[in-house]
Amino acid sequence: MTFDLADVPLWAAILGSIFMVIGALLTLVGAIGLVRLPTFYERIHAPTLGTSWGTGGMILGSMIIFTATTARPVLHEILIAIFVTLTTPVTLMMLGRSALYRDRSEGNPEVPPEPNIKDAVDVKSGD
Amino acid sequence: MTAIFTYPLLALGLVVMWLLLAGFTLGQFVVAIGVAILATEGLKALGETSPRIRRWLAIPELAGLVFRDVLWSNIAVTRITLSQKATKGHSGFLTIPVRLRNPSGLAVLAIVLTSTPGTAWLDYNSTQGAIIIHVLDLDDAETLLDLIANRYERLLMEIFE
Repeated sequence: MTFDLADVPLWAAILGSIFMVIGALLTLVGAIGLVRLPTFYERIHAPTLGTSWGTGGMILGSMIIFTATTARPVLHEILIAIFVTLTTPVTLMMLGRSALYRDRSEGNPEVPPEPNIKDAVDVKSGD
Repeated sequence: MTAIFTYPLLALGLVVMWLLLAGFTLGQFVVAIGVAILATEGLKALGETSPRIRRWLAIPELAGLVFRDVLWSNIAVTRITLSQKATKGHSGFLTIPVRLRNPSGLAVLAIVLTSTPGTAWLDYNSTQGAIIIHVLDLDDAETLLDLIANRYERLLMEIFE
């Protein structure tokens, strides 16, 4: 596909740039949060800025500019949003759950304790 | 061929994805059908069951709600991250009882809560039917509990159960 930046209509260039800058700024804020926030559990919130509207803003910008320039709907960027949204929680949940498991094993009083399964165990080893 | 009808949503999703990437032509449509048959046969060998959707109309409602909430929580988390006092003492864990039991529904709830900035899914206890989440700003805990129990959970139960 040949593509000349001069072919981009002015309105699409402005609108697309606004969305891309919003997306890039949110991703930057997420990265700053990863450094600034004090505890592990708080830090896992920061990258989701980049994977929600950080990605979303850049994708919207790309869709606006390419749709306006090639005069046909360019929609395959939506696939990026779908796959990022589906895969990020897998990583974050694995990190969060392993941190919770470690803190519970160490008896850290700040995390919610393991639910009480003592009764169920007693029934099995009752006699 | 029967696998396509076992996993209609997966087959449809694959065809749409293929056409978006390769272009909407008749030739690519034929290839897309072939890919969908191969992939659904592969999943059939794993023996997964396809989720059954009870109420399609609730899906756009849920999507709209999530879209709006993700937008607002982006703004809220940006403010917390950049403010001087950061989160000192405002973050914490919440244990929330849920009535939702359907595995697909719980998976969607986990994805929604984790991809929303400000809430992170940590644990689900199936005996007690309770989830543990970590919240960046506990000041809105009431609003959040209401949102999860009365909006997300209700819609997910309508869709899957």
